[in-house]
Amino acid sequence: MPPLLQKLSEAFGVSGQEQEVRDILYEATRDQADDIRVDTIGNLIALKKARKAAPNGAPMRVMVAAHMDEVGFMVTGIENGGWLRFAPVGGVDPRVVVAKRVVVGQERLPGVIGLKPIHLQERNESKQVVPFDKLVIDVGVGSKDELEGKVQVGDYAAFDMKFRELDASPDGLRTVMGKALDDRAGCALLVELLKGDYAFDLYAAFTVQEEVGLRGARVAAYALKPQLAFVLETTICDDLPKDKDLPDVTRLGAGPAITIMDRSVVADKRLVNLLVDTATQAGIPYQFKGPGMGATDAGTIHLTQEGIPSAVVSTPCRNLHSMANLLSLSDWDKTLQLMQATLQRVTPDILAR
Amino acid sequence: MPQDIGDLLARLSDATGVSGYEMGVRSVVYEAFSKYADDIRLDKMGSVIALKRGSGPEPRRSIMLAAHLDEIGLIVSQVKEGFIQFETVGGFDPRVLIGQLVLVQGRRTLPGVIASRPPHVLSAEDQDKVIPINELFIDVGLRPEEVQDLVQVGDLIVLDQRFVRLKGDYASGKAFDDRAGVASLVVCLEELSNLRHEWDVYAVATVQEEVGLKGAMTSSYGLAPDLSIAVDVGFGQQFGVSESETIPMGKGPAIAIGPNVHPGMAARLIETARQNEIPYVTEPIPGRSGTDAWAIQVAREGIPTCLLSIPIRYMHTVVETVNLKDVSRTGRLIAAFICRLDGNTLSEIAWKLPAG
Repeated sequence: MPPLLQKLSEAFGVSGQEQEVRDILYEATRDQADDIRVDTIGNLIALKKARKAAPNGAPMRVMVAAHMDEVGFMVTGIENGGWLRFAPVGGVDPRVVVAKRVVVGQERLPGVIGLKPIHLQERNESKQVVPFDKLVIDVGVGSKDELEGKVQVGDYAAFDMKFRELDASPDGLRTVMGKALDDRAGCALLVELLKGDYAFDLYAAFTVQEEVGLRGARVAAYALKPQLAFVLETTICDDLPKDKDLPDVTRLGAGPAITIMDRSVVADKRLVNLLVDTATQAGIPYQFKGPGMGATDAGTIHLTQEGIPSAVVSTPCRNLHSMANLLSLSDWDKTLQLMQATLQRVTPDILAR
Repeated sequence: MPQDIGDLLARLSDATGVSGYEMGVRSVVYEAFSKYADDIRLDKMGSVIALKRGSGPEPRRSIMLAAHLDEIGLIVSQVKEGFIQFETVGGFDPRVLIGQLVLVQGRRTLPGVIASRPPHVLSAEDQDKVIPINELFIDVGLRPEEVQDLVQVGDLIVLDQRFVRLKGDYASGKAFDDRAGVASLVVCLEELSNLRHEWDVYAVATVQEEVGLKGAMTSSYGLAPDLSIAVDVGFGQQFGVSESETIPMGKGPAIAIGPNVHPGMAARLIETARQNEIPYVTEPIPGRSGTDAWAIQVAREGIPTCLLSIPIRYMHTVVETVNLKDVSRTGRLIAAFICRLDGNTLSEIAWKLPAG
């Protein structure tokens, strides 16, 4: 069981309140970083100065980003019965929140999102999707007073799930399951990358508010002015049997997924070539992420100032944006290997046209 | 009391026991009942029957208490490309299954999840549909060959959600239906161990209620008790459901009134609650109660039966929620009722004919 990933997965960090996650990452990286700070929006930026000689003149500035925030909920109202009205933070399908456990507010009160028992439903009621405005969080009270002021409107709530290992066999998929692997898996990867020595200044940006509009990354990129950027994500893995002939986007077990194009960015061809070339030479299996789906921090990074060449490398992850994300540590390891090998080959020449 | 009740209910609710495969929870109940029983055995269907002997002269009358052991669950119908399709054992709203954690009882227990597709790949049309149960898949995170080897059609699947204490006296878990009822029987037996009662008491944890009240039919036939009280869960007050359809939470058990219930016996229960100042409400059930009481009432030549319902929210989901005080109140009410049973009870509650 990977301890840091488990800790990150179980930490509470819905977009806008990433404190707990940031604190864990600060502890995990302070010994590796030459400089570490938090910017105005809450991004954690750790700098690892060049330890190897730069080929010509001043070392490059390379930004590698992973987002700290997870999708979740916010309390928008309190009913007289003590039930908490809530809205999603980030893109959450209302169908996946029914009958789930959550934790609420600073006190981390355990709560449940329930549903009317099937026995009491009208005919065909169970065929209708229940929208968010018909759901409430129940923290175990019968009236508003029983809340004793422990919950306020504006409090955040997150899915509540313990990280677990599904496949421990050393040459298996080594699958794990937990909440918020999107993108704590990327953060854990970035922590590892900070341990390496590079011929450039590595700015590790643990960003905030990716899920509500790629916001933290935009601010970080503007301040850092990197010459190129890599984004470490988890990505759509829709490889279940499907009714229609739709693409899987990525497949579990097929290795790191390299983005060619998603809804937010056309990945810089030079960086894509570098990744593919590195993977091929190092014998690391990889896949291309099915085009046209999803958005990442690269979406805002690449348009910052006059533009920053950006690429996205992802670990395939099933059940994104629901409670139990599922990924393969074998894929995660290979994503790490690919990034480690690629970063060793980053020089100013790769940006030549 | 609520502290111990919580621990007991946690052990009961977290244990595995889908209808027909109650082994996991049976051992927990067996152990819990044994502490207070003079005799304990399993009947031919697997129901647990604990006897606490009364102090009256032989031949003694007996009362049977019933709460069901089994929980609703799922069963493997097909393995497709390494993903598991399933049917239900007991009644499920398909909307409560997607994204849930499960344990597949294959060659070994395999943790998994009922898969969901991420919003990024869904059209607006897709998002408006409830996915029917036969289109859901369980993912156990293993390669297809491994899944084929470890899982076969007919393997049971149990939902995986641990007990948690909520605010105040509330708690949530996956199988309060009807492990809360079973817990109340343990409370009752514990109370009785400090009290005198003339009648013999059979505490029965019945099997297979969710698939047709089967354990209740066969155990009541076997025991042929003089009276019976079934304890199940009822619809607790929750958001979005009118008050007239639900039982308030934290105000004690509901004593059912209706054709499934012997009115003389129910009147006695109500009287007992009042005299002992145990909070209760009455619950109108105009027809089928959907509980073991329905089977027990018509066993053999008929058994006068009452039904107590412990209110829970979100019935038949993994987040069933109870007020622990209601569990202990139910147990205490039954114990108080039992202590008043004597040689005249049956004639006192019997149907009367006009005098003269």
